[in-house]
Amino acid sequence: MFEGILITIATAATPLLIASVGELVVERSGVLNLGVEGMMVMGAVTGFGVALATGSPWLGVLAAIIVGALFSLLFGFLTLTLVTNQVATGLALTLLGLGLSGMLGESFVGMPGVKMDYIYIPVLTDLPFVGKLVFGQDPLFYVSLLLTAGVAYFLFRTRAGLTLRSIGDNHASAHALGIKVIAIRYLAVMFGGACAGLAGAYLSLVYTPQWIENMTAGRGWIALALVVFASWRPWRVLAGAYLFGAVSIGQLHAQALGIGVPSQLLSSLPYLATVVVLVLISRNRRLTMVNTPASLGRPFVPDR
Amino acid sequence: MDTTPLANGRNLLEVRGLTKIFGTLKACDQVDLTIAKGEIHALLGENGAGKSTLVKMLFGSLEPNAGEIQWNGQPVRITSPGVAKKLGIGMVFQHFSLFEALTAAENIALSLADDTPISTIAAKARALSYSYGLPLDPESLVGDLSVGERQRIEIIRCLLQTPDLIILDEPTSVLTPQEADKLFETLERLRAEGKSILYISHRLDEVRRLCDSATIMRHGKVVGHCNPRLETPSSLARMMVGTEVKNAERTTAAVRGEELLSICGMSRKPAGPFSMPLKNIRLNVAGGEVIGIAGVAGNGQGELFEAISGEALQDSADAIRIRGKSAGRMGISARRLLGAAFVPEERLGHGAAPRMRLSDNLLLSRHTTDGKAFVGMAGMVKSGAVQKAAQRIIEVMDVRKSAPDPEAAALSGGNLQKFIIGRELDRNPSVMVVNQPTWGVDAGAAARIRQALIELARNGSAVLVISQDLDELFEISDSIAVMHNGDLSKPIPIAEATLERIGLLMGGAEPGHLDHAKEVA
Repeated sequence: MFEGILITIATAATPLLIASVGELVVERSGVLNLGVEGMMVMGAVTGFGVALATGSPWLGVLAAIIVGALFSLLFGFLTLTLVTNQVATGLALTLLGLGLSGMLGESFVGMPGVKMDYIYIPVLTDLPFVGKLVFGQDPLFYVSLLLTAGVAYFLFRTRAGLTLRSIGDNHASAHALGIKVIAIRYLAVMFGGACAGLAGAYLSLVYTPQWIENMTAGRGWIALALVVFASWRPWRVLAGAYLFGAVSIGQLHAQALGIGVPSQLLSSLPYLATVVVLVLISRNRRLTMVNTPASLGRPFVPDR
Repeated sequence: MDTTPLANGRNLLEVRGLTKIFGTLKACDQVDLTIAKGEIHALLGENGAGKSTLVKMLFGSLEPNAGEIQWNGQPVRITSPGVAKKLGIGMVFQHFSLFEALTAAENIALSLADDTPISTIAAKARALSYSYGLPLDPESLVGDLSVGERQRIEIIRCLLQTPDLIILDEPTSVLTPQEADKLFETLERLRAEGKSILYISHRLDEVRRLCDSATIMRHGKVVGHCNPRLETPSSLARMMVGTEVKNAERTTAAVRGEELLSICGMSRKPAGPFSMPLKNIRLNVAGGEVIGIAGVAGNGQGELFEAISGEALQDSADAIRIRGKSAGRMGISARRLLGAAFVPEERLGHGAAPRMRLSDNLLLSRHTTDGKAFVGMAGMVKSGAVQKAAQRIIEVMDVRKSAPDPEAAALSGGNLQKFIIGRELDRNPSVMVVNQPTWGVDAGAAARIRQALIELARNGSAVLVISQDLDELFEISDSIAVMHNGDLSKPIPIAEATLERIGLLMGGAEPGHLDHAKEVA
């Protein structure tokens, strides 16, 4: 029972984690993409459709990643090349994604989907208490942890990560050093899009293997908020995603037990708890300011 | 056009007819420049003469519209800073080229070749910094460092690339006189190693002391080449400005009147991770006197200005008294109503709204204090009265403009600054606080502004001038106090102040108390 609850928490947290880590890289490069929700829902519908057509959830995942990246490329072209307003363009991307996915997925509504198999390693998965939790979850759960570790290593231990952070801190200086600001931002934006697409596919292939219109249900926005509250640190994003997952699942159980608290209040608990805890851990204002990308959301047009 | 062969083996860089046009403005017009190997070459000119545009083209961050650049006798096109670095051109920027949220070592790593192992950079930087006498802690965050220390990082970063030509853009504008001396030693050592240096400055003394040759620019054109050692400061100034420059005249010695502005034990916590605290500031400014506040940039001057102007409130109402009234908890308008006037450092965006007309900018800052004159019944603006007042200021301060009532952003820096100062002077304030009154202002306008500040004081007002330009402070102040690390020293009367003594205080050599200073002096 306890192990089961932990596994549902991980399942609730994984899509948030994947989308947040992607957006974290985007924002570290100084770009604010508010279109996470739109890219996620496009990933969800693509993953579902391709998996249904081919019978392979993995092809569905791959297609979702590509569509997420392409969708973000549209954002990149508008904001980086045409220098449109990032906030407005991100919002438009979300609206476009929600509308387009609803149209594309109209025929999928009510159809049984393809579910990604859980990992099974003989002996290990059968271990009591921890077997299923550690060795028996869906493959994307492990991908999300590797992704977080990979991004943390990339940002703070590699030269390319340093370059990315420098652009987020001061794009004019980076340009003066000969760093290709726009090209690197394109790559970061596309990485974020790919992650959002993957997170969407997780929803429609693992979390609830079916297609429902607007099935992301605001998770893209939560992912965005997590990045900010986690002060742009990958491991804090992980903590925030899991906390959010834990309180979401916990309040469902509390509602099922019928304790005398209005359900609306319980439903708001995950948001409240996540905000409070992440604000507390980023109480060190200095550390937060140092981690905040100073040129976040500011357009860059080099002099020529 | 002269047809002599360009390459003669001795010249590292030759520039012919370089032109850069922004819209209708020729920022650089047919500029010629020759830099020999192993020389320190000065590029002299007023603000806005086109020096920065020229070096940006040499460093590849701007593309010329016409002209050619030869490097070691070979024609080259410098299309990006990356290309400039490969050729062997390094640049030490004046502003905006470090990453505040990264460490010194990370900042240095970013400008080195991609294959340099990141783990070795800290050690390399430390070794090089000590060998040039520019000690540096690679692990410290740039945001925490003083401006002088930041410049060291810039220089080390440049040296690690082993360039043949080093461009320094106004390097001493952020240094104390003593720090500047150290920099000159480093530069002379680099010259001895055969490196060439392009030294941009408008400080004539240091150019005459350091440089082997000079190119002088005015309004985007080269107006002369010379050997600065054979010139006098005034002959160089004449070439730069085009006319004689007069110093402001200090009329009679100040008669100390009543204390109009008094700051008593004011402290402020740092507002952000990279800003300064204010530590128990005490200062009295009396009617009739000009007090100057010197200090290296970033030692709390901005924070002090915000605290006095009311942009940041004090914890106790008594921390600041304006004309005897406790103003510590008052906002900006309330302090203005007491008779104070404030001119911030940044003209566009802080001192004036760039896209609004001068008359609108006048109304914006004075509708509270001069409500009766400018705002009529039911809050209607009396535009006639505003226009007339704007016109009056423009005439009094000799503001030169292209339209009758142009947008603030359309004025040159010096003219806008004259207007902003005039806007406050027009009220006859009894307390005037100005931050960097002549920063980036041409010599003629600067002299006009300084004269106006002195006259205001002589008519009985208290004037507080925060500036990083020591010459300016010595020219206009009756006493000079020094800010260092959020501490303000006691004011030193001008008769006792020497450049050396102020410089020591700026560097924090003394904790900043008059008694100490006296013992040393």
